[in-house]
Amino acid sequence: MSTHATTRIVGAPVPRKEGVDKLLGRAHYVDDMERDGMAHGATVRSSIPRGLIRSIVFDPRIDWSEFTIVTAADIPGKNHIQLIVADQPCLADGKVNHCEEAIVLLAHASKQKLREAVAAVHIEYDPLPPVFTIEDSERQDVIVWGADNCFKSFLLEKGDVDSAWSGAAHIVEREYRTGAQEHLYIENNGVIAEYSAESGVMVWGSLQCPYYVHKALMAVFDLPEDKVRVIQTETGGAFGGKEDYPSILAAHAALLALKSGHPVKMVYDRMEDLAATTKRHPSRTRHRTALDRDGKLLAMDIEIATDGGAYSTLSSTVLSRATLHSPGPYVCPNVRVRSRSWATNTIPYGAFRGFGAPQTIFAVERHMDEIAATLGIDRIELRRRNFLHDGDTTATEQVMREPVILDQLMDRALAESDYHARRARFARENPGSPIKRGLGVAAFYHGSGFTGSGERTLNSLAGVDVTPERNVRVLVSSTEFGQGTNTVLTQIAAEAIGLDMNDVIMAPADTGIVPNSGPTVASRTAMVVGRLIERAGTQLVAMLREHAGLGEGFSREEFFAACEVYRAAHGSIISLCRYEPPPGIFWDDQKYRGEAYPAFAWSVQVAQVAVDTVTYSAEVEEFWSVQEAGRVLNPVLAAGQIEGGVAQGIGYALYEKVVWQNGRMANNQMTNYIMPTAEDVPPIHVYFEEIPFRHGGYGAKGIGELPHDGPAPAILNAIKDATGVSFHAIPLLPEDLFAGLAAQRPVEEAATV
Amino acid sequence: MSACWPTLHMTVNGEDRAVQAPPMKRLLDVLREDLRLTGTKEGCGEGECGSCSVRMNGELVNSCLVPVLQAEGACIQTVEGLAANGELHPLQQAFLQCGGAQCGICTPGMLMAAAQLLARNPHPSLAEIREGLAGNLCRCTGFTRIFESVIAAAAHNAEDSTNRSAEQEADAR
Amino acid sequence: MRGNPEGHELIAPGSLAAVLELLSRAPGEWTPIAGGTELMVAHAAGQLRAQKLVSLWGIPDLRFIETSPKSIAIGASTTFCDLRAHAEVAAHLPLLAKAASWIGSIANQSRATLGGNLVNGSPAADSSPALLVYDAEIEMVSVRGRRRIPYAAFHTQYKRNAMATDELLYAIHLPLRFAHHRQYMRKVGTRRAMAISKVALAATALVTNGLVNEIRLAAASLAAFPTRLYQTEAALLGQTIAPDTIQAARNALLAEAQPIDDIRSTAEYRRHVAANLLEESLIELGSKETPR
Repeated sequence: MSTHATTRIVGAPVPRKEGVDKLLGRAHYVDDMERDGMAHGATVRSSIPRGLIRSIVFDPRIDWSEFTIVTAADIPGKNHIQLIVADQPCLADGKVNHCEEAIVLLAHASKQKLREAVAAVHIEYDPLPPVFTIEDSERQDVIVWGADNCFKSFLLEKGDVDSAWSGAAHIVEREYRTGAQEHLYIENNGVIAEYSAESGVMVWGSLQCPYYVHKALMAVFDLPEDKVRVIQTETGGAFGGKEDYPSILAAHAALLALKSGHPVKMVYDRMEDLAATTKRHPSRTRHRTALDRDGKLLAMDIEIATDGGAYSTLSSTVLSRATLHSPGPYVCPNVRVRSRSWATNTIPYGAFRGFGAPQTIFAVERHMDEIAATLGIDRIELRRRNFLHDGDTTATEQVMREPVILDQLMDRALAESDYHARRARFARENPGSPIKRGLGVAAFYHGSGFTGSGERTLNSLAGVDVTPERNVRVLVSSTEFGQGTNTVLTQIAAEAIGLDMNDVIMAPADTGIVPNSGPTVASRTAMVVGRLIERAGTQLVAMLREHAGLGEGFSREEFFAACEVYRAAHGSIISLCRYEPPPGIFWDDQKYRGEAYPAFAWSVQVAQVAVDTVTYSAEVEEFWSVQEAGRVLNPVLAAGQIEGGVAQGIGYALYEKVVWQNGRMANNQMTNYIMPTAEDVPPIHVYFEEIPFRHGGYGAKGIGELPHDGPAPAILNAIKDATGVSFHAIPLLPEDLFAGLAAQRPVEEAATV
Repeated sequence: MSACWPTLHMTVNGEDRAVQAPPMKRLLDVLREDLRLTGTKEGCGEGECGSCSVRMNGELVNSCLVPVLQAEGACIQTVEGLAANGELHPLQQAFLQCGGAQCGICTPGMLMAAAQLLARNPHPSLAEIREGLAGNLCRCTGFTRIFESVIAAAAHNAEDSTNRSAEQEADAR
Repeated sequence: MRGNPEGHELIAPGSLAAVLELLSRAPGEWTPIAGGTELMVAHAAGQLRAQKLVSLWGIPDLRFIETSPKSIAIGASTTFCDLRAHAEVAAHLPLLAKAASWIGSIANQSRATLGGNLVNGSPAADSSPALLVYDAEIEMVSVRGRRRIPYAAFHTQYKRNAMATDELLYAIHLPLRFAHHRQYMRKVGTRRAMAISKVALAATALVTNGLVNEIRLAAASLAAFPTRLYQTEAALLGQTIAPDTIQAARNALLAEAQPIDDIRSTAEYRRHVAANLLEESLIELGSKETPR
């Protein structure tokens, strides 16, 4: 039973484990590192979105003998990046399917000479017609991937949607769209690679998932497990943007290292990182909803389309999560979700905090407000009438066996935001002011951990060992990139064993040292991996009691003394545990039915937005986020996750737009890709309700992605509240608000002068 | 040819340093490469993100936009110069307690900007803190805990100077 | 970093005379660099065309703020931090002090200079609208001597100005005769800080009982360079601020403005928001409150 009433360390605001090094400027990120004899690597990329490579000419003004040159022909193993489907080449071979696709790699000791050389590789193409939008791809006039442009499709059905329309009192139909979003981690992608015949490939890098990179490199180099080693360096932000992309960069640097015989560092500058790496999938979601007279949901017919870019990467799993989150936290007897991910000739999209959920939660939570307006029912009341409760079933027929406290979360959100009083005040003040204020609400869940049988497939292994220097080491491949992995896992280990924080350290995230505890994604670290560490810690103490005479209660000295007794007899002291699925989790991948997630985190968010009718800009003035994510392991870190996720969600809604020109990101500079600054973020109020989840580390559920799901719909709902005008697409920039709001004013004629 | 490059002198974190570098080399690169002070980071190279912020002659600058020739004779403080005598600077201590650093990449620049702010304005309002840090982008924290950290450090400084003047007063008696 | 540090020459002669001599000896060859907040961005993007640069940083002759009874003279290398810290600039030229706070961030303001902002000549320049409505004059200097022109005549085309190849921008002079003028300035950007202007409007006006005796209006990003809105001013001069004159002025501005679509915004948005800013400014300028 992992829900301890009193814990010493878990639940305390223990300072960040690696915090001091970060604050002193002593933490080493990959670009802070050098290797003897190191060369730099650079990439020659496609300048067209789709076509055949007719020729690659190396300008004779450069002395190419100084350079290491790598093309697809140099790949020892398979020319693909192993993720889910192996359709993405490591290097383009004869054809390109998106702008910025990597074609040639170069290495040289001088970064300046490298820059000149990249500009001196001339590539001629025979262009092919590109596809740039979901609609273009769906039309299937031009096939750019597979047989039909479709990476993946799902059909989720509950009850009988088609029978519900005739009996419905109301039918509400709308379409919602979300745009691409860039992660904008402040540290760009970067790796250092080494190769030797004896040891194989070694890569250090800014990354989330060492074993993903490990697996990809094994395929590219045709090397066995023990000849590839991947080590995560201190990582300056990731948000999903370093889940799959680093496999590509690592392969590139390692190919150059192999061919040059030198270590090779490849660190992108901001312009390259923005232009060439993954972003959040754009989406289109169509809702057609049947309701009875009281606003109870009778049927939801949902059609989802995502733009996956040129290669499938993670599009299928993003689509899966988008599908499973699309009906919202509501009871509905008849649901049909048809979802598809489409290929286009744009930069392949990838993982980003929320992973499909922000897209479809935007749609359903906007839609609930649209329904409320259409039916003339209060939008809070409409939600309450349809909320899931204990014992209800979801669209996949999953029974809510764990408590569902949406009503309480809503109560608290409304109380903390003083929702009714504020709205009354705005109703009085708005007519006399150019600033229109409003409040908007979003209610949602986020499934913790991998979908369905995903965690079983991952089959994570993790644990602890003890070093002769008297440190307990946490052995996980789960990485720290700001979200608090190091701190919460050492807290859990210290708690479970009965030691202090100072006695526990993290083993380096090095595939040569740690087992595969799965990728650091899907809000699974505290819940799934934390539970493994908790069990391993308890198991360690049991081992010492059984084999080394450790007593019931023990001091620190006694603990380490027992460890040495154990080590003397067994050679090492290590306690590993493998993932055990919670009971009663059954998922049918074919029918898309069953327990979609082992646990859900729940949230209600409220946004106060001010729309300036002079400038058509919308700003979030204040934000409240109430959530239930199981046990809070560290209140400072947990609140930090909510605050950061809300800020990113605000960016997603109002500021962050990727401007595409012919398949290329035209605004690939920080001056033109706009995220909120310290002057733009509102006060963010965070409140936790805690219901410990039995099967999560000390009761924790997933928390990292949850807060990014709600801000966009809450904000656009607030804008509707403030102005009376509904918007259905994000990012919603002032130019878009202008188009929608100015349409309300009579057209102005320019005077003839 | 490095023989052609001028030798430039500057004081960095209280130490006199001499560097031979092309005049148009960025101060950021001189700090990181020539002086091996890798605490200062590059996030954008365009003066937008503030990760490269350092204090030069008592002012906050984006070191990615300073040609090193213009730093000749300058007095420069980087994040490595904040802590003194093995003790965390009050700002660093506050960031640690309040959770002002998550991934840490923006942190050195953020600390420099906060130090500059508090040097000019020991008791800043929240609005003044927002303005003082507006040039430092943080993608992880949503800034909330960074503001708290600066407020805490300012309060600590105030308390400290109250204690010190109380001590001085007591000594004087 | 896409620029080549070794591909550019940068010298710092250290005195105004030496810089002028250089510009005279080799006209068009040397590009002055002050705080570098524009040129170093181009350098980082690999787009710095200037091969030879001469540093103005640290030359005291160029960095000053001098007040006299009738005017304030600001040296071209005065930084925006300098402007914000100066009590008399705040008191007599509040729009300029406000514009100084719009530049980038504190770290940009400590290095960006007023002269640099003008010579860079972006239509979105933050300081320009204020200088235009304050009737600023530009003083240029060369080995041949000094000359002054109205700032309104300084920009000639997109990113081109009236300086000769051997001239350096020396100072900006502002007459102190706006103490009784009502003043307004607002910038619209992509966010509250670190934003290039989508559009901005500045206004100074002498208004008595709602009657416009004097009016100067200037905008950013409504033309190829920062400019006064002469036609809109003409629609207001001698008029009383009232709903119909405000509408007429809006129409005049909509016709006069020539914004473009670019990566930051659209012409339509800029035009209409400018008209809204004008309306907002006229309501403020015409109100019975005492001038700011």
